[in-house]
Amino acid sequence: MSRLEVDLPGLHLKNPIMPASGCFGFGQHYAELYDLNRLGAIIVKAATLEPRKGNPTPRVAETASGALNAIGLQNPGLDAIMTEKLPWLNDRFPELPVIANVAGSTEDEYVAVCRRISTAPNVAAIELNISCPNVAHGGMQFGTDPKMAAELTRACKAVSQVPVYVKLSPNVTDITVIAKAVEAAGADGFSMINTLVGMQIDLKTRKPFLGNRTGGLSGAAIKPVAVRMIDQVRHISALPIIGMGGVSSAEDALELLMAGANAIAVGSANFGDPQACPHIIDALPKAMDQYHIETIKSLSTNL
Amino acid sequence: MIQEKLTLVAQEQLTDNVFEMVLKGQMAHEPVTPGQFVDVKVPDESLLLRRPFGIASVDPNRDEIRLVYRTVGKGTHLLSELPVGIQLDTLGPLGHGFPTAFLKPGQHALIIGGGTGIPPLYELSRQLNQMGVVVTHAIGFGRRDQIFYADEFRALGEVAYATDDGSYGFHGHIGMLLDAQFNDRQFDAVYACGPRGLLMAVDNRYRDHPHAYISMESRMACGMGECAACVVAAKRKEQLLKVCSDGPVFATGKVEI
Repeated sequence: MSRLEVDLPGLHLKNPIMPASGCFGFGQHYAELYDLNRLGAIIVKAATLEPRKGNPTPRVAETASGALNAIGLQNPGLDAIMTEKLPWLNDRFPELPVIANVAGSTEDEYVAVCRRISTAPNVAAIELNISCPNVAHGGMQFGTDPKMAAELTRACKAVSQVPVYVKLSPNVTDITVIAKAVEAAGADGFSMINTLVGMQIDLKTRKPFLGNRTGGLSGAAIKPVAVRMIDQVRHISALPIIGMGGVSSAEDALELLMAGANAIAVGSANFGDPQACPHIIDALPKAMDQYHIETIKSLSTNL
Repeated sequence: MIQEKLTLVAQEQLTDNVFEMVLKGQMAHEPVTPGQFVDVKVPDESLLLRRPFGIASVDPNRDEIRLVYRTVGKGTHLLSELPVGIQLDTLGPLGHGFPTAFLKPGQHALIIGGGTGIPPLYELSRQLNQMGVVVTHAIGFGRRDQIFYADEFRALGEVAYATDDGSYGFHGHIGMLLDAQFNDRQFDAVYACGPRGLLMAVDNRYRDHPHAYISMESRMACGMGECAACVVAAKRKEQLLKVCSDGPVFATGKVEI
């Protein structure tokens, strides 16, 4: 057995590293730089029932050791994702597990997307996006209310053919309340954390820099928040956690795994280094040696 | 597109806040369409996003790519202070550049540039010259002391200058220069890169020209068409285009500027 291998509900991963949703699209251009089969899995861009145009520009602003983004779930819609994007990945990388990020404005929309996208041959799991901070309806409003989060999880679980990982928002007073609620509603796991709501003012115009006023903060700046929240959720739940938030090195990945994550998603680090994922995968064995870690699995305290 | 560590072999200050860097590596052997750009990682861990720069010129014989940039923020200031010999993680060439294949020797092209939009137009003018196309340049700057690449452009064809304060050439912005001096001149191709006002003027003026192109700028993150940060709206249909991968060059009349 490989030192890097990880088994999670619906996901047999040859290594624990996968690109996070939104930073990687459907991988088509990244595939020009490296073989996507090297990845443990791929979390693809959020799918909504209808195509979404997203937010006004500018949609991205750099911050100290991070970035604010407010893309606003721009995506080509479920039909195009089912007939073009997912088949493109399946034709070229049939062994690569795909985690489909699902978003919507209403419960009905989430349910309709889960029902259909979970039948795609290469979709191994769903990441239920109840935490996008950049849309007016749906998104984070589901993820910050335990009752709504639980109801949505239950409804999506009922129609999904694959395990459902609920993507938790850090923009709450107590993340464990939401985590407990969605676990009770049947979630198979968590992915965490989504971005933290932030804002930047342009001194010249004295107005918010981003077209959406606010955006989600990601990057190295948020890693300590991710570590703290993964630790909190690990203490109240044994469910698997796909950890993310500021990971850009093998050491960062190990830190989130030690906090309680079982696999790692890499987000905005892909902007700094488009080959961040393979570079982290390559660096893991040596970093594991340095800290006397035999296998990634051995770090999992819950499974 | 490749990702490569290019070596900084020269850096020169061209004006008060404009610098030229010469980068050496195999990327110079990639086919470059003028108007394409590279995405450079500033060697500072606190700066996450790469900086996109239009390719000012490429010399495969010397393995060199030249970039010309203005220092506007922390990233470009850091770049301007880098010592020769340092390696810069660079991604490119990226995007779709200016179409030129339709032009024949002896035909006429107009190149319109302003400020830091000018660098990629230099490689364009070089390639058009090599094709035997007759090139005229209309170039705008704020002031005389901001002008760079004057000798370089003059060697490639006629140059008409405009400055906002009238300290060199025509007194006024590029749109006014075009109105004053180019109304009765016909060109087989028109190319433009520069600030928003310049692009709007060119887009208006050459909306129905069959071969007129503008190069857009936008805040980018991934630089290769995956993250949807840098979109612009298409004019005639309900569609968003990505500046980094659908552009940065678009035909006139196609996008909201």
